[in-house]
Amino acid sequence: MDYLPYLLAGVSVGGQYALIAIGYTMVYGILRLINFAHGDIFMAAGLIMIYLCTALPLAVSIPLVLLITVAIGFVIERAAYMPLREAPRMSVMISAIGVSYLIQNLALYLTGGLAKPYISIPWISDTITILGATTRRVTVITPILTILLMIALILLIKKTKIGMAMRAVSRDFDTSRLMGIRVNNVISVTFIIGSLLAAIGSVLYFTNYTAVVPTSGQMPGLKAFVAAVFGGIGSIPGAVLGAFLIGICENLIKSGGGAWTNFSDAFTFVLLIAVLLVRPTGLFAEKKIDKV
Amino acid sequence: MLKVENLQVNYGGIEALKGISFEVPTGKIVTLIGANGAGKTTTLRAIAGLIKPKAGAIHFEEANISGTHDAAAIVGRGITLVPEGRRIFPDMTVLENLKIGAYLRKDKLVRDIERVYSLFPRLEERSWQLGGTLSGGEQQMLAVGRALMANPKLLMMDEPSLGLAPLIVRGIFDIIREINKQGVTVLLIEQNANMALKTADFAYVMETGRITRSGTGNELLNDPTIKEAYLGTMNEDD
Repeated sequence: MDYLPYLLAGVSVGGQYALIAIGYTMVYGILRLINFAHGDIFMAAGLIMIYLCTALPLAVSIPLVLLITVAIGFVIERAAYMPLREAPRMSVMISAIGVSYLIQNLALYLTGGLAKPYISIPWISDTITILGATTRRVTVITPILTILLMIALILLIKKTKIGMAMRAVSRDFDTSRLMGIRVNNVISVTFIIGSLLAAIGSVLYFTNYTAVVPTSGQMPGLKAFVAAVFGGIGSIPGAVLGAFLIGICENLIKSGGGAWTNFSDAFTFVLLIAVLLVRPTGLFAEKKIDKV
Repeated sequence: MLKVENLQVNYGGIEALKGISFEVPTGKIVTLIGANGAGKTTTLRAIAGLIKPKAGAIHFEEANISGTHDAAAIVGRGITLVPEGRRIFPDMTVLENLKIGAYLRKDKLVRDIERVYSLFPRLEERSWQLGGTLSGGEQQMLAVGRALMANPKLLMMDEPSLGLAPLIVRGIFDIIREINKQGVTVLLIEQNANMALKTADFAYVMETGRITRSGTGNELLNDPTIKEAYLGTMNEDD
């Protein structure tokens, strides 16, 4: 039995989950909100890509997809979450669920319920051979790109002024304001980064699939969320590690063939339950130093 | 420098401030004293732009800054607040805490960091330590230093002595006088009325959302009714 192709597929899809999971974990870190619409933003990026590619060359479509997805993420936060800043957290969560269904239904309306075939992107879809296993180039690109983006993001948060502001806001809104930080702008930046990474993940992810449907964001979104919880929600390296583990495990289970393939999704959620039972705060729980 | 006129603030349906007026002249130390719940913290939060007043005006250097409800803009004008409970960022280093105090500034910070370190040599020793690992007194030093990094004209302090040992409190008040000598106007609120009145040039007494008395620090310190209500019969050194 050759596990290598499954391992490669797992690392690849893990990287794609990671790009979504970072958005969940960052938004949670700053707003303590599970952004239920995040998976649907990921799906929307896929659909926008399909529509743009009917009229524009890839070199224009890809940057444009990233830009439009970022704009959608920004507008959702300003329209559906920002007005609820002082409201109980439950209200914001319900608003997020509402946005999720709004996006799915808009997609349903636009596509007429038909599966839209995803474009094949040359070069990254090319077939290559690694250690005797045949795969696509995207399989190799995804984990490398994911790790690079994660490192860039961690550097941004640790070393730059806006990163410092993000850390401050995630800790204490009012004190951040007293420093001269405009909290709403920092939150917008968080959504922009999250949406950008989801859009990049979307391009890489859908390349491996034939079509996008309005519910295409649900399963990857859910798994990325599980990855974020698994890694310790609020932690970026945790989310990435969690995503890789989930991607690899579910593909190794698929290598069992037959019934195993059908149960690979169930595995993800069994894993979530197990993690919550044993370590409710995840692998890399947020540090909490509260000294009075 | 700062002139508050008939300031009214409602806080969750309660009239926290029922129309207060006071002034902070340039270069002075002014204190608001009063019991818990008198509205002292609300006053500072309204000036800092964290809460929106219902009515009244806050003039800073001739400009009306009330109603903007934009704390960042207030910091930009030169007013900073050392909040109650210090509120330093526990998972940032001491140096990062200082740098974030200068968030709006675009110029070099080296001299300001040196200035803070010369006021609080302890912070320099601990510059790479996480804020959360400092003692209460060190955290208060850091909170004051952080507020100075914005290079404020008016420094507001909310209960700097809260929860600190008497010796450390005295050190903090020495520093407040030193900062004032360096040209920073100070607005201080305190429950430790004794220390506050000794330090301040001018003082106001707040009771349930109103200002009921005012006078120089010494006047109030020697006023029998104030003595009874706020200074207690504890010994001088307390």
